[in-house]
Order: sequence, then C-alpha cells, then structure tokens
Amino acid sequence: MTALMQLLDRLLDFSMPHLVAVPILVPLLTAALMLLLGERRRRTKSALSVVSGLVGLLAALALLRWVNAPHTGDGPGSIGVYLPGNWRAPFGIVLVADRLSTLMVALTGVVAFAASIYSTSRWDRAGVHFHPLLQLQLMGLNGAFLTGDLFNLFVFFEVMLAASYGLLLHGSGRLRVQAGLHYIAINLAASSLFLIGAALLYGVTGTLNMADLGMRIAELAPADRGLVHAAAAILATAFFAKAGAWPLNFWLVPAYSAAVSPVGAVFALLTKLGIYTLLRLWTLLFAPDAGSSAAFGQSALIAIGLATLFAGALGIVGTQRLSNLAGFSVLVSAGTLIAAIGLGEPAVWAGALYYLLSSTLAVSAFFLLIDMIERWRNAGLSVAPHEQAGNAPFLAEDLRVLDDVNLDDEAQALYGRAIPAGVAFLGLSFIGCTLLLAGLPPLSGFVGKFAMLSGAFVTSGTSAAAWIFLALLIASGFLALIALSRTGMRHFWTQPHPTMPALPLLEVLPVAGLLAACVALTVWAGPVMRHALITAEGLHAPAAYRNAVMNARQVPNPVAAPAKGLAP
Amino acid sequence: MEVVLALAIGVLTGSGVYLLLRPRTFQVIMGLTLISYGVNLFIFSMGRLKLDSEPVLVKGFNSTLANTADPMPQALVLTAIVIGFAMTALFLVVLLASRGLAGTDHVDGEERKGAAE
Repeated sequence: MTALMQLLDRLLDFSMPHLVAVPILVPLLTAALMLLLGERRRRTKSALSVVSGLVGLLAALALLRWVNAPHTGDGPGSIGVYLPGNWRAPFGIVLVADRLSTLMVALTGVVAFAASIYSTSRWDRAGVHFHPLLQLQLMGLNGAFLTGDLFNLFVFFEVMLAASYGLLLHGSGRLRVQAGLHYIAINLAASSLFLIGAALLYGVTGTLNMADLGMRIAELAPADRGLVHAAAAILATAFFAKAGAWPLNFWLVPAYSAAVSPVGAVFALLTKLGIYTLLRLWTLLFAPDAGSSAAFGQSALIAIGLATLFAGALGIVGTQRLSNLAGFSVLVSAGTLIAAIGLGEPAVWAGALYYLLSSTLAVSAFFLLIDMIERWRNAGLSVAPHEQAGNAPFLAEDLRVLDDVNLDDEAQALYGRAIPAGVAFLGLSFIGCTLLLAGLPPLSGFVGKFAMLSGAFVTSGTSAAAWIFLALLIASGFLALIALSRTGMRHFWTQPHPTMPALPLLEVLPVAGLLAACVALTVWAGPVMRHALITAEGLHAPAAYRNAVMNARQVPNPVAAPAKGLAP
Repeated sequence: MEVVLALAIGVLTGSGVYLLLRPRTFQVIMGLTLISYGVNLFIFSMGRLKLDSEPVLVKGFNSTLANTADPMPQALVLTAIVIGFAMTALFLVVLLASRGLAGTDHVDGEERKGAAE
C-alpha cells in the first residue's frame, strides 16, 4: 500500500506542473469533441460527459494530494505554478494550485460529476447541447479557481457565465427565458464593473498578477491608495453580485429555481466562485503587510454578509416552493460565508471553508432531490392536480401553475431500474438535507457553524460583530428548520395519491453520493478541519503564495540558445 | 484631451445606466452596449493618454513606457470588446425569445398593472 502511494507520489511529481492545467483542458477538449458529434449520439455524449467528470475529479484529487502530501513537491503546502505561455510571473499569465484553489477544484469536481450523472437520466434531453455547455461551465469554474491573474480571472468568469446562460435556458419555456433575461442583464452589468475595477488596478499598480498586485499595493504612495481602494470596491461589487450578496441578489432565486435541477446543482457552485474570489483577492491585496490598506473594507464585508444572511433567512420562511427554498439556502450560505470572511480570523476562515464544502454539497443534493420529489408528488407534472384546481386558497403566490416549465413530461423512459423503497429514500434524503441546511447536529452543517462561532469567539473576543453573527446564524438555522420541516410535512405526510415513486438508479446515486460525502465530512471532521485551518493560515500570510508565483521558473528552450531574437 | 475623453466616458456610461434601468428590453440592450463602450474607453485610458508615441516594437528605438504607448490595455480592451460583443449577441437572442414567448417587450414579461405608459 505504501509502495503504491510512493509510486503515485513520484508520478504526481513527474506530472507537475502540467497537471495544474488538466482540470481546465479536459472539459475544454471534451466540449470540443462533443460539438463534433451530432445531436443524435446522445448516449455517446452522456458517456463522454460522465467520463470527463470522472477524469476532472481524479485530476483535482491528484492536485489536492500533491499540494498536501509530505513527499511531493516541497512537502506539505507546496504550491504548483504553471506558466502557460512560458513567460515569467508578472509578465505572462499563471495558473496557481495552492491549498485553497485545489480544494475548490476538488469540490467542483465532486458536484459536477454528480450533476452529470444525474442529467443523463432525463434532463439532458430537454434541449440541445446540454453536455458541451456543462463542460464549458466546468472549464470556466476550474480556470477561475486556478488562475493567478486578474484579467485571466475575468476571461474565465465570462466563459463560466456564457455557459451558465445557455444552461439556465436549457429546457426553454417562458419562466426560464424571463429569469434568464434578468440573469444575463445583471451579469453583464457586473462584468462591466469587473473590467472597470481591473483596469483601474492596472492603471495604478501597473500589474494584473494577483501575487504581484499585493506586493505593489504594500509599497504604494499614500496618494494612490484612494484609487486602489476605489478599484477594489468596484471589483468587490462585481463579486458581490455573483456571490448573491444582498442587495444584489434579487435575480438569484428566480434564476436558480427556474433552471433544470442538475443545472441548479452546478449553479450552487457559481456563488461559491464569487465567495472564493472575494477571499482570494481580499487576502492577497489587503494582507496584513499592506500598510494602511491592510484589511480594507472589512466592516463592509461583515455588514453585507450579515444583511445577506438576514435576507436569506427571511426568504426561506417566506416561500413554499421547494426550488425557492433551495435558492434561499444558497443565499443563507453565501451570507454566512461573506460575514465569516469579513471577520478576518484564520480560525473563522477554517470553519467557513468547512461550512463551504458542506453547504455546497448539501444544496446541490437538495436541488437534485427536489426534482425527484416534485415528479413523484405530481405524478410527472410540475404542479399537483389538486393545486391546479384552484381549491387551495392558502397556497402562496409562488405556487401558481407552472405548466411550461417541464418540457419532458412524457419522457418517462428510465435507463436504470427503479429502486425499491423509493419513498424511504426520498424522505431520508430530505431529512439529511434539512439537518445539513439548518445546521443541526449530528451532520456537518452543525460542525461548520460551530467551528465558525468558536473561532469568532476564541480569537476576536466578544466583538459586537461576532455577537450579531452568532445571533443571525442561530436564528437563520432555526428559520430554515421551520421552513424545511413545514415543507417536508406538506410533501411527505399529506400525499394525495399514494403511488410509489419510480426512481431510476442514475438519479438516486448522485444524491446518495453527495449526501454520503457530507456524512464523510462529518465523520472525518478532524482531519478536514485541520486541513481547513492550515489553508486559512496560509491565506493569512500570503508570502508563500507570492514567492511561489514570482519565483516560478520557465522551462528552458530545448533548442540551444538562439543567436538573436526575443528571449522569452 | 483628458477632459474630452473623461466627458465621453461619463456621457456614455451615464446614458448606459439610464437606459439599463428602463423597462423595455431594447433599451436595456442599448444601455448595456453603451456601458461596454464606456468601459472599453476607460480601459484604454488606463494605459495613460499619449500623443504621437511609437508602438512598442520599432527597430532602433528604446522601447520603454516613457517613449511608447502601453500595449497592455490595448490587449485587454481587445479581449473585452470580443467578449462584450458575444454577450450582446447572446442577450439579443434571449431578448427575442422573451418577446416571442411573452408577447411584450417589457423586461418582466408582462406590462405593469395600472402603468400609465
């Protein structure tokens, strides 16, 4: 076993730093290949999509191993830097795999793999080009997590967004087009803000490399700091819009609940990308050594995070539709994370990273589960017959008839066998999601919240922000519990027609897998939390990241030194 | 020159934001287009405004930023233009789909109840 691991480690060392580019290249090439295949060959495309998801997941896990294992690279905490154009760091673009980015890429791999398996059951047939779009979405996500360059981040954001526009409209229908219109408009406006902020930062510091930016900001003249702060605030506004922070999040719930369920599951990652960027750029640009700019905007981060948490918690009790519940859970988790980042302590960040893993997996599982529950309850329709009849006077506005959402109502053909004890599976999964989203023991949602709170109180004493955070976190958990139990009772205990749900294995496996991942997070909470703590401490002291990026060496020219011409 | 460029960017962005907040989808797309023009000019101006300066690679010429125009924002703006163009085209398709499905060009897919317009 150890010999095998040693062999694996040697193989990893051999493949670095090129392995860093694999999570970006594999989805890109898969998408290109799929576009060459015609629309008829859906089986091939589904298989390709799942295989590519698996390869991406394995590459992400390999990166995670390389970054953390004691015998690979420079030991634990080594940072892989890939120079795609073979130009040195501040001049060419860089891809950087450190603890945080590999963790996010691995999370993306898990969720995307589950979503791609789920989609092959039926949803990929609700329109054209589902799988290529999903792969491009993955490419954008992985690229944004791995890039070390601000403008490259913008490009990967746009790749990811362009694919997400297509995915949101997948299945068509008036509701989706309407939500898509708002989603595209707000994201185009946010992209403009992103460009303004990035250009302003370049204008002041003369660099777009994220590691270099941090060092230049530390040396900046006081007169120029105002401009850098303005640029950072504009950039942050763009990221807040993508992370779903209040008040820039009114598009989120309609868009996420209109999307087909595997897309919703992947979209749970998109807000986490906004949060990752906030954390990454805030810690790099305004590190403790950044002089008078250190921790710029901390109070704004906390305030916006708390406001988002509050708005999300109110929304979650105010809705009765399952998919809206999932959308508001995304908001609650975004608010929690933004506020926790703002508290600025590595111990809180460690809890936040753990919570990020747990809540993303849980929300993704919930999006997939909702689809199965609604189909079972409505016998294939999107709204139950007794609700359509108009004899339910107490139903909320958002439960109105949604006939045009499900385009594939007749598509009942199942690939796998329907599993027995379907209701038990649905009910248990629903309880699992409830525990995870409300943050109740014994599952990982509770562990994450507890770690954040203990971090906030142990390190920063009893500041007012920590107390409000505590109050809102507990209150939002309680409200989520009320809302989810109420919905659970309505969906499981007041069943109008007692039929057994037909659950294909391809849909059960991803949900079970995601929930099992959450259980594994709970069981191995100790190691995961230790890893999160080292990651957070690395973020607090970004010198290692900067050195790794700035000292990355070029690959020497294979041809003997050219007599003249431009040396790269 | 600085004042003219600043005014141009300001007017483009200001009109863009106004149009973006209007209720008709066509106004929204025009607004987004104007904003992206403003943003592109802004990126360009971040390389500093300079008259009569050489491009970077000219033989027998000391190519430092004191003598040449900054090529970096030009590369950035090219990328931004391409992406902005593609996104506008995509938005146009969604806009037409929305018009076809909803039968109105209001951004919410339905006229406001009791609106004076």
